[in-house]
Amino acid sequence: MAEQREFFYRRLHSFLGVVPIGIFLVQHLIVNHFAVYGEESFNQAAGFMGGLPFVLLLEIFVIYLPILFHAILGVYIVFTARNNVSRYGFFRNWMFKIQRITGIITLIFIVWHVFETRVQIGLGNAEANYTLMEGILTNPFMFWFYVIGVISTVFHFANGLWSFLVTWGITQSPKSQRISTYACIVVFFAVSYLGIRTLIRFAYGV
Amino acid sequence: MAEQSKVTFIITRQDGPESAPYEETFEIPYRQNMNVISGLMEIRQNPVNAKGEKTTPVMWDMNCLEEVCGACSMVINGTARQSCAALVDQLEQPIRLEPMSTFPVVRDLIVDRERMFDALKQVKAWIPIDGTHDLGPGPRMPENKRQWAYELSKCMTCGVCLEACPNVNDKSNFIGPAAISQARLFNAHPTGEMNASDRLNGLMEDGGIDGCGNSQNCVQVCPKGIPLTTSIAAMNRATNIQAFKNFFGSDSAL
Repeated sequence: MAEQREFFYRRLHSFLGVVPIGIFLVQHLIVNHFAVYGEESFNQAAGFMGGLPFVLLLEIFVIYLPILFHAILGVYIVFTARNNVSRYGFFRNWMFKIQRITGIITLIFIVWHVFETRVQIGLGNAEANYTLMEGILTNPFMFWFYVIGVISTVFHFANGLWSFLVTWGITQSPKSQRISTYACIVVFFAVSYLGIRTLIRFAYGV
Repeated sequence: MAEQSKVTFIITRQDGPESAPYEETFEIPYRQNMNVISGLMEIRQNPVNAKGEKTTPVMWDMNCLEEVCGACSMVINGTARQSCAALVDQLEQPIRLEPMSTFPVVRDLIVDRERMFDALKQVKAWIPIDGTHDLGPGPRMPENKRQWAYELSKCMTCGVCLEACPNVNDKSNFIGPAAISQARLFNAHPTGEMNASDRLNGLMEDGGIDGCGNSQNCVQVCPKGIPLTTSIAAMNRATNIQAFKNFFGSDSAL
């Protein structure tokens, strides 16, 4: 049998994007949403998450390694495509292109976000609490950087969910693919709301 | 129709596989019901460009002239399609002709589509029934399935889906949509089914089905209306199941 490694890597890439990365993303934004109910409740939630047993192992195997793999192969995938929306301006072709653009934006955003929060906390320069995020997001530049970062991440997740369903052979017929497009649009707006609402709370206290 | 008395073609030409491409403009007399091929034939008869210089005739590939062989595909006004079915009356002028950029150019508008035939070999898109003795009649195929499979069998390996696919290019080894759909066609055949796992394993080899990025241009541009993205999704499911069988070993290769 000839080499089938690429197939395995690409399937793993698709799988990891949803499990665990997609699940983590939604969970992360839901927990952050505690900020909307007040400083006290955010700090309590952040404290609970940060105090989970084996938290470093959980982070490594559920977050860091999957994202690292997804990002490295993802960048390779971006550079092997030759986008042609000017000639073939179909909806899905645009989604294909935006999926790759948001992937790169998301990668830049996540690197910065992790450096600014998790790394600084790890180095003892900061504490995972409401004040840290308030300090970051009251700067209008960082607020808009986070807005773009969150929307791009959520788009990449929602559209990735659509192609996950195709890659795993769940949605085959054009009709099922169309309905799942609508479903993923709903996911995009719902999860975007979660993220942006929290950012507004941190930045403007409302 | 005085304003229609001339047809202008701007053709991307290339003298050989290694030479640099260049553009040449031709003006030819208009005739009623012309298609792009009859325009090219006119240029071949009198190879003089718009500046009045004598030049070499433009080379192109053609065969059936009724959109079933796939040989005359080229990029016409930015869209890959068959030049025999491209009617001059329906095209914006000047008419721009280019070779399909996904494939190596042999000369002018002639491209080498060999990678498509290599792809068919990779997925074993045929039914192995040759032998030294009579194998007898094969299993019967239900009529509704035959009608459905007929749609997939319309593929003429014309290359338009590969040209439109952003993931088929010189930076990737993706075999493209056509061969994936052909694997589905032969796996649906009652005799072909007996070798289904061979084709699925071919699809899982490097450059195989995993190269699809779901831009879905292929299904939009296919001149035969083949449901290519449905075929890809169906083969996604089948290869995933095959991969599990291969790894966990239930009924191994079958």
